[in-house]
Amino acid sequence: MTDDTLEMTEKPRSQWLDVWDQFRTHKGAVLGLGFLISITLFCTVGPLIWDVDAGKLNIRNKNIRPIYMALFDSGAKVSWGNPMGSDNLGRDIMANIMQGGRISLAVGWTAMILALLIGTTVGVLSGYFKRLDGLLMRFTDLVLALPLLPLLLVMMLLFRDPLRSTFGPEQGIFILIVTGIGITSWMQTARIVRGDVMALKEREFVLAARSIGTPARRMITRHLLPNVMSPIMVSATLGLATAIITESALSFLGLGFPSDFPTWGKILFDSVDRMTSFPERVIWPGLAISLTVLSVNYIGDGLRDALDPRIRGL
Amino acid sequence: MNMKTALMGAVAGLAFAPMAYADGHEGERGRDGELKIIYWQAPSILNPYLSGGTKDLESASMVVEPLARYNDTGALVPYLAAEIPTVSNGGVSEDLTSITWKLKEGLLWSDGTAVTSADVAFTAQYCMDPEGGCAQASKFDGVQSVEAIDDLTVKVTFDSPKPNPYGPFAGAQSPIIQAAQFANCLGAKAPECTDANFGPIGTGPFVVTDFRTNDVIQMAANENFRVAGQPAFATVTFKGGGDATAAGRAVMETGEFDYAWNMQLAPDVLAAMADGGVGTPISAFGTLVERLEMNLTNPSSDLPEGERGTVAHPHPFLSEFDVRHALSMAIDRELLVEVGYGQAGRPTCNLVPGPEIYASTDNTGCLTQDIEGAKALLEGAGWVDSNGDGVREKDGVELRILYQTSTNAVRQDFQALIKEWWGEIGVETELRNLDASVFFGGDPGSPDTFQKFYADVEMYANNFDGTDPQAYLAAYRCGGEPKPSSQWQGENINRFCDPAYDALIDELGATADIGKRGDLMREMNNMLTRDTMTIVPLVDRGRVSAKANTLGGVVLNTWDSELWNVADWYRIGE
Repeated sequence: MTDDTLEMTEKPRSQWLDVWDQFRTHKGAVLGLGFLISITLFCTVGPLIWDVDAGKLNIRNKNIRPIYMALFDSGAKVSWGNPMGSDNLGRDIMANIMQGGRISLAVGWTAMILALLIGTTVGVLSGYFKRLDGLLMRFTDLVLALPLLPLLLVMMLLFRDPLRSTFGPEQGIFILIVTGIGITSWMQTARIVRGDVMALKEREFVLAARSIGTPARRMITRHLLPNVMSPIMVSATLGLATAIITESALSFLGLGFPSDFPTWGKILFDSVDRMTSFPERVIWPGLAISLTVLSVNYIGDGLRDALDPRIRGL
Repeated sequence: MNMKTALMGAVAGLAFAPMAYADGHEGERGRDGELKIIYWQAPSILNPYLSGGTKDLESASMVVEPLARYNDTGALVPYLAAEIPTVSNGGVSEDLTSITWKLKEGLLWSDGTAVTSADVAFTAQYCMDPEGGCAQASKFDGVQSVEAIDDLTVKVTFDSPKPNPYGPFAGAQSPIIQAAQFANCLGAKAPECTDANFGPIGTGPFVVTDFRTNDVIQMAANENFRVAGQPAFATVTFKGGGDATAAGRAVMETGEFDYAWNMQLAPDVLAAMADGGVGTPISAFGTLVERLEMNLTNPSSDLPEGERGTVAHPHPFLSEFDVRHALSMAIDRELLVEVGYGQAGRPTCNLVPGPEIYASTDNTGCLTQDIEGAKALLEGAGWVDSNGDGVREKDGVELRILYQTSTNAVRQDFQALIKEWWGEIGVETELRNLDASVFFGGDPGSPDTFQKFYADVEMYANNFDGTDPQAYLAAYRCGGEPKPSSQWQGENINRFCDPAYDALIDELGATADIGKRGDLMREMNNMLTRDTMTIVPLVDRGRVSAKANTLGGVVLNTWDSELWNVADWYRIGE
């Protein structure tokens, strides 16, 4: 008897533990999470250990090849001072990739969170409140039709100088770019969330909740949001990827950060001219961008499975 | 027969000592077989009066010739004319309103008929026809009449004094065409004369045998060419199309072609091709100068729109000569050339780097970098870093510079280097790069144009058309600056203003003597650069072409067609 009681009350598992268990079964997601953590550590803690100024020019040490080149070509110009080589002005590539990663990741995450907040809010509101639906969805259509590039040009024109004098050149541009990307990429999320909310609204558990007088605010936070978590997660991962790539494209067009402010996208674009002689200069930032995007996508996939009670088998 | 044998012997002799004989290379016409030229933009017409494209002008320059051409130093040399008319030899009237050209005697068109002054007068009539839409009409600006005095003399009269009367009939843009061939092609009918436009009869070293639009031109030596023994090549294949990289490879790596035009390639790419060993890049310098422009007015965004960047507010620190001078001293121009242009650039301190007759030679002070000197200069002028943040200040004004340019890989490399040097002398620099179409777009509504100059320093390249920099230098007159009342148009980008300079502009406009003009222009050039550091020149950017190692006689010329002396080209013996 005592044995039976013990067995029944043995494991008071929390929901998040279950989620984690389910998440762990998704190999890609675990690998992705591992990579994301290590690249984040590389970019944040890395510069503390690898103490080289990314912008420091050293023209005598230009065009150094990465250290592994010595394996294939004994005559290659390599140096332990620049393990990943240096660029055509002698800037250390490893320091640049660390510094660039900080910016790229920061832009990606911030813009993604901003887009997610706007998208979810608009989606839930228009899905739940019929009166707002027409207005908000037409507004979404309007923003969808806005081309990002001309919009950013206009934003640059109007806000660059005030932002620069208030926050300084780098912070000002950061805010501008994050806002620009954020407010032009929330629409897909909004539409998906709206669709899901509309479907959920007709379900019995919502009807039951409403019949006991749950107010709209509680309804949304307790019953609707947890159930639309998985599409939000998926669009978040896609959003992070798009944000990193958009920032790269903008930097290339001269609309982004100042030229002495490295980001992954800018390092990549700067190196394209000499791609044939120095392939490592495009391979490293290119790999960093694609692997980050890929790992975030896998994490999103794993999270969706883990968060969905039906798949979790409970 | 004996003569011919002797000549053959001379040619054979070249095989043993090609370099020693390089300049004295002679022989019979057409002895060297085929010449292959590649232009990566294909010619579409051979009538220079109907096209402004360099590819068309230069391919046509092998067939039709002007009265005089500019040589590689930018000086005029007579071609069809017997000599260059000047005031001193009586060819140009004292009041500078007319110029009289005399043709060489015995000139023949490639069809065997004689060249007369009527052909010259007809050429002017052809281009000045109001219905014709002549592409070179600017060359005939201010021409009142062109009349044939006798068979070999032609007089051009202008409606006002022209200190530089060599617009019509000089240079590749203004060659003489045959009156008989183009007689029915005047005015609106000009584009309809396909045969004439695709195969003009000329006086040049070659005649067109086959013209395929936008593809290839076949030419043969002109049997009636005025110089015996020229051209050395019997035929020419002039191939058009492709890109600079492919053209460079064809000449320098595979040797399929003898000459390739305009190698716009990065220095390391060009060097890698030259390692092919079949050809070499050659370069020559024109007037394109990459420079830093110093803003003498205050671009601060705290000023209201309409006053910002205008002469009402002088710049807080760049209006001080010592600061501008120190900024220039901190720059290592040799290194900039090495990083950005290689063979296609050379360091310069001049705004007018050529032609030789106008270029200042004693303005070389900026060529050596002097970081310590720059620091001392700022120190002496009272700019010290009293609060220890690495940036010098005086009376509460800090030396913080916003430095803008267009988006371009080489320019961003320059920005990074210059920022570093300025950092060493205690000047903090913020970099900004703008899309080229916006920066050079001239839209008065945009704050990012180079004319508006809402920055402290900006960098770009500019040059002047032709060989005479008068209009170029006259742009720096007081009041010529871009400003709200002129819709931000104007060429005095720095907002430079000096009454002494304006006096020189006026004097230049009334001076015809070449030597005196040269002195005035040098003085003006020095005033803008060395004496005030308003404009800080960095790199004189040249043109690079490629030639096969076996091709001799090539002299690259940026003032006229690159093929200006194709009659002198020859094959160096293997």
